Amino acid sequence: MNPQGLMDGLVAGTTIGLGAVGITLTYSILRFSNFAHGELISWGAYFALCVAALLGAAFGFLTTPIGPFSFGWVLPIAAIAAVALNAVLALIVDALLFSRLRARNSTVIIMVMASFGAALTLRNLLEFAFTGKPQYYTSALQIAIRLGGGIRATPDQLLALVVAVAVVGGVHLLLTRTAIGRSMRAVSENPQLADLAGVNVRQVIRIVWVLGAGLAAVAGVMAGLLIQIRPEMGLDLLLPLFAAAILGGIGSVPGAMLAGLIIGISEALAVAAVGAQWRAGVSFVILIAVLLVRPRGLFGRPE
Amino acid sequence: MSIELVSYAAFFLTMALSFAIICLGLNVQWGQTGVFNVGVSGFVAVGAYTSALLTTPPSTAHLGGFALPIAIGWIAAALVSAALSFLIGAITIRLRSDYLAIATFGVAVAVQLCALNLQPLTGGPFGIGFIPRPFGDLAGTPLAFSLLNFGLLVLLVGGLYFIQQRLARSPWGRVLRAIREDETAARALGKNATLFRLQAFAIGGGIMGLAGAVQGHFIGFIAPDNYQPILTFQVWAMLIVGGSGNNRGAILGALVVWGIWAASAALIGAVVPADQEARAATLQIVIIGVALCLILLLRPRGILGELRVVSRHLDPRPRHGAPAATKEISGAERS
Repeated sequence: MNPQGLMDGLVAGTTIGLGAVGITLTYSILRFSNFAHGELISWGAYFALCVAALLGAAFGFLTTPIGPFSFGWVLPIAAIAAVALNAVLALIVDALLFSRLRARNSTVIIMVMASFGAALTLRNLLEFAFTGKPQYYTSALQIAIRLGGGIRATPDQLLALVVAVAVVGGVHLLLTRTAIGRSMRAVSENPQLADLAGVNVRQVIRIVWVLGAGLAAVAGVMAGLLIQIRPEMGLDLLLPLFAAAILGGIGSVPGAMLAGLIIGISEALAVAAVGAQWRAGVSFVILIAVLLVRPRGLFGRPE
Repeated sequence: MSIELVSYAAFFLTMALSFAIICLGLNVQWGQTGVFNVGVSGFVAVGAYTSALLTTPPSTAHLGGFALPIAIGWIAAALVSAALSFLIGAITIRLRSDYLAIATFGVAVAVQLCALNLQPLTGGPFGIGFIPRPFGDLAGTPLAFSLLNFGLLVLLVGGLYFIQQRLARSPWGRVLRAIREDETAARALGKNATLFRLQAFAIGGGIMGLAGAVQGHFIGFIAPDNYQPILTFQVWAMLIVGGSGNNRGAILGALVVWGIWAASAALIGAVVPADQEARAATLQIVIIGVALCLILLLRPRGILGELRVVSRHLDPRPRHGAPAATKEISGAERS
């Protein structure tokens, strides 16, 4: 195993971690596994692509690369817009579909099924609008920097690492240090009791969607910047996301991020050991191992 | 003209009935037991590949080609898929209900991956061809060939329907429903809920494997691309449209959804220029996805709902003055 593989795995793991944090939040508060979360990642990436293209057309000077990075100011601005647009999308899907099913006390499995239907609809809308052809935020090439120890990374990759750690740290602080974070934890413990204690459960659910979709948008932009943008990018990430959320322990934000990094690195190890075509199987093996050995995950509470 | 029409109708119905078998399998898992399987395509694929490997003539492109009789291939397909379901179920069925969903989704991904990459076993991306077709020596007379295949599928679906109806009414089937409706109560009566769930999951998986084999032999060729998540989704749409928990509903749903699917594909082929067809096909999936969500919202019990009374010891006919005992269970009541 060369150290370069570790570095690449770490970078890939940040995307998985960010998505898994979203999954773990929605799971612990909405109480169902959202199979449409991968599609939120893809939609985030395409939202940013559209905004960046519009901005680039209107203000050409914004496309000149910033310092060592491959992209201009259009991309950070577009990423922020994508976070907002993705949040709106998630709220619309919730209002049209999930909130109605919740209102009628549908079983968990009906919610999962509905998310499955929503995922197919969202993914194929993207494929209809943009076709399956891969797209890129920028065509600029980047020279990797030597970091010592035989490790190299592009400035974009290093930025992704820093952004991911900052975003997850922010979410962790929000959950542990603020009033809204306290209400969120209360709802995830016991929605009825939280409601009785005066917590606005509906508002908490809205905030969870905004957070989850926002994180998904960041993950989508990162994956799009570092790899490419495709309608199936979210579907391909879905199993790693679930594996990371369960490995980290449902409800644990630092756990999900750490597990995302573990899965990213394991994928890199597997690619080096048995070949790139088996990458997608890594999450399955990890998932089954966790379910067998420690179903509550690294930082989860026992049921 | 009329012979072509009959041939086409027989082909269409044969395909629809092969989906009906998958639906019946899913109905044992979800409809009767409430166990959620998001990896239907994986279990179908395992059956298809098992049977193909056993029955094809010897080949250099992949392992085997044992040229065994078709019937042996079909039985092996059901057994191997059932064994895989049993394994996955044994790991996950005690955990939260949607951990099983995630695990089965993983199975579908893993099976797809193996089909693509285990070239010596599965033929890789090119799949396996020359799968013997039932009544293959009649291929010269297409009408007889398609009618006989259709008849075989009718017998198969009819037989499965009969067995599953018997099972649903048997003490075993009633325990499954009891567990689905109120697990605590069923356990209090001394029923081992985990074991019953596991049995149902394995039986359902076996039926899906059989369906995969039947489809593979009917078409004569299988490839990893046939077993994308869209297959899982189609089958779910069929079961939910028809009415989960109702075996007749499972068959009806397969016919209706396959009909809509084939008709919309034909429509797209006729209306949309050839270079845009792939793009228009995505809209087909969007429409089915929206329809599925609408049915979950508006009519969760499907066209034919589930019958509340299945025991033959209770008279299902409404009596004078008494409320109808056959009242269908609505989605809300099932929660």
